Amino acid sequence: MARQLDILPDRAAQIGRAGEGGSTQPALKAGRHSLAGSVSQRACVFCGSRVVLYPIADALHIVHGPIGCAAYTWDIRGAQSSGSQLFRNSFSTDLQEMDIIYGGEKKLERALRDLIERHQPKAAFVYATCIVGLIGDDLEAVCKTVSAACGIPVLPVASEGFKGTKKDGYRAACESVLKLIGTGDTSKVTKRSINLLGDFNIAGETWVVRSYFERMGVEVVATITGDGRVDDIRRCHGAGLNLVQCAGSMTHLAKRMQDDYGIAFKKISFFGIEDMAAALYETAAHFEDPAIMDRAREVVRDELAAIMPKIREYRRDLAGKRAAVYVGGAFKAFSLVRALRSLDMDTVVVGTQTGDAADYEQLREMCDPGTIIVDDSNPIELAKFCLEKDVDLFIGGVKERPIAYKLGIGFCDHNHERKEALAGFVGMVNFAREVHASVMSPVWNFVPRRASRAAALKEVAS
Amino acid sequence: MLNGTTADQSVERTNLRINAVKTCQPIGAMYAALGIHGCMPHSHGSQGCCSYHRSHLTRHFKEPVIATTSSFTEGASVFGGLANLTQALKNIFSIYNPEIVAVHTTCLSEVIGDDIPTIVKRAREEGAIPEGKLVIHTNTPSFVGSHVTGFANMVTSTLKYLAAEPTGETKDQLNIVPGFVEPADMRETKRIADLMGVKTVMLPDTSGVLDGPLDGTYKMYPKGGTQVADIRTMADSMATIALGHFASNPAADWLEAKQQVPAAHLELPIGVGATDAYVEALRAYAPEGKVPEALETERGRLVDLISDMQQYFHNKRVAVAGDPDHVIAMVKFLIELGAKPVYVITGSPGNHYERRVHELLDPIVPDAKIKQSADYYELHQWMKQAPVDLLIGNTYGKYLARVENTPFVRFGFPILDRVGHRFFPSVGYNGGIRLVELMLNALLDHKDRTCAEEWFELVQ
Repeated sequence: MARQLDILPDRAAQIGRAGEGGSTQPALKAGRHSLAGSVSQRACVFCGSRVVLYPIADALHIVHGPIGCAAYTWDIRGAQSSGSQLFRNSFSTDLQEMDIIYGGEKKLERALRDLIERHQPKAAFVYATCIVGLIGDDLEAVCKTVSAACGIPVLPVASEGFKGTKKDGYRAACESVLKLIGTGDTSKVTKRSINLLGDFNIAGETWVVRSYFERMGVEVVATITGDGRVDDIRRCHGAGLNLVQCAGSMTHLAKRMQDDYGIAFKKISFFGIEDMAAALYETAAHFEDPAIMDRAREVVRDELAAIMPKIREYRRDLAGKRAAVYVGGAFKAFSLVRALRSLDMDTVVVGTQTGDAADYEQLREMCDPGTIIVDDSNPIELAKFCLEKDVDLFIGGVKERPIAYKLGIGFCDHNHERKEALAGFVGMVNFAREVHASVMSPVWNFVPRRASRAAALKEVAS
Repeated sequence: MLNGTTADQSVERTNLRINAVKTCQPIGAMYAALGIHGCMPHSHGSQGCCSYHRSHLTRHFKEPVIATTSSFTEGASVFGGLANLTQALKNIFSIYNPEIVAVHTTCLSEVIGDDIPTIVKRAREEGAIPEGKLVIHTNTPSFVGSHVTGFANMVTSTLKYLAAEPTGETKDQLNIVPGFVEPADMRETKRIADLMGVKTVMLPDTSGVLDGPLDGTYKMYPKGGTQVADIRTMADSMATIALGHFASNPAADWLEAKQQVPAAHLELPIGVGATDAYVEALRAYAPEGKVPEALETERGRLVDLISDMQQYFHNKRVAVAGDPDHVIAMVKFLIELGAKPVYVITGSPGNHYERRVHELLDPIVPDAKIKQSADYYELHQWMKQAPVDLLIGNTYGKYLARVENTPFVRFGFPILDRVGHRFFPSVGYNGGIRLVELMLNALLDHKDRTCAEEWFELVQ
């Protein structure tokens, strides 16, 4: 790759370009631990478990460790609940020096008993942090004791921060959820039913998507974990199909449910018109019921009729604008590339935190030649790519937002801090509106980059 | 619902923190390190810590925040972090090229027992650290103290590394340790010293780092931050003014004990009296030994504003939550306003805090509840038992404010949902004016929204 960008030499294997070298180009190396010393945008195992599990709203979530891990994850995700708000509190054992020396098991047990008595949750999740892995507290044993005494499932989450990447945290979360599944009564679950895996109800997205399936006549048994409920999860092994939205976090759970309960799963996406419609049609096709398929078509037709005029309006302004995408999982990246295309925008930089080699191969195939494809990036790289490609929009998370703005680039948060539902058909309009608002904001007229672009245009014209 | 707190206090909690008013040491160290020019903060631990601290600071400042991590793996956790830190230093200097790297530890590397100076020494011998580049470190175990402790540790360690060799010749300058405050506060603290004609070196100084302009470029090392060359001269200064017992005294005390630079221990200059104390301390070193008219006028404006509106503060019951230095200063200011701080908590541990707040409040509000190592859950219980007229705290106070329908002013760290704190100071006479405005708006907006029609007034 002959390019002018300074990148860490060891990072070269994690950066590629679409359309260069064809199939002879070596696969992007992914799934690696971040290089020591890089300004990585990645988090840890604990983070992975915590973001996945915490939307289960009627469960108790307690972080066993020093205060930081609980403090930084206190209600940060914007996951919404239609009922219990217990999960939005921050419970921690706040381990102190003496606990590190003598162990924190007793403290944890007392904390759990106290909280369970006071809040009567349906289940409790106990998150391990780095320190627990070192001092050797036996979470399994404590959870077992408390569970027996209090009569609710108390589930340890093996989320010691250093034991891998965020992806390993997702897996640990799935393992804990698996302990709940299969413990409920499925006699009332209908045959034509699904579970939604890997949608977290950010800005109410689970509610949007759920309504489509219900209009098709498909029962939604459990939403895992957006607006999640313990009792739904306990009986979700009765469902006919699992739909996996966030493949990175929930494929493991889907596979295990296939093995243990024979439930088929499909990896789908609710972002963008094409992907959302495909998800509905695939579900209808799975149940081999023409009536469901008819209703799916009806849903798609009605929804499209409602949104297309608005989308066409936004598209007029956005056509030809360039976008950089840097998100957590590859599946979301696929959806965003497609969604941006439906707004006639070009994705010129695309990267993820947790994609694997196959994901990057697929991105390479999807994207136009010359598109920069990157695994586990850092601010300097991202800034350089954005400037090189002169992008108009950056789609990313909290740490990328101010960098984009400093460069004079519009931004759309497609992560924890999105404030409007971006999933489903209505989500596409919201997405288009957000992108439009940011890309077309008058503030960019005051930015040197844009000003010089205007000057260059003038020069060409004269 | 969000209102999960009960007024019942029968449960004595010793094993559990609910809705903390603190976080862990490393983030304070990271913030302090960002106030050194050309510095890359480095987190020696799992990559999650670094990511969380950067996200949290980004949410508070709405600015890019850089830091690197040792990216601990299971192997590093068993065999120690030597290889990770050495590799990290090599990579940091070869690609990000900072002037200085400020390493802080995490609970993980503390418990493993990594000896940072030895690792750095070996890294230097191996050529991982280029000639002329600096690496400093501090220990920030997350299970001791709070983010304020981490801040204090990083500032003190910076001096231990860089202000170790005095020339013996006293320089015509004062050291200022500003406390764990906003860039705007640091800017204002310096401006007041400038007005007094006193030359200062402030450490750390995040103005110009975390309140940068949009200029179309992304700068990893913005213009601001204390220059390393200036830090080196701090052992030669006439004196050190430490603003805040918890965040600033340790650094000033070290300079006094080891470099014979006398320390003046002040509280954060919030309100009239505390700002007067700061100005008085500066005056002793001011070339003309007097307070300039411009500053007298600023003071006069603050006092004028308070006199205009004091009736709205009289005997108002106020709850204050936050970092110990901030809370102590705010309590003093509230007393000046004629308000009654009735619940005064900090999440950080520290006996000085309780002693000092009792000293301030015992004569005026003898039954005030004052507590260190407390949390929002407990404060919420108190508010349910006997409500307050105004709540002052960081962003997390909004849960209590909503449930109890209490006027709320955001103050301290972090503020994740409003802007302004980066730009407008709370310190100095001007800072006092802003705080009075914020508190009055909160009280009067609440009254306008909730009072009966016949009490709805046009003029206040």
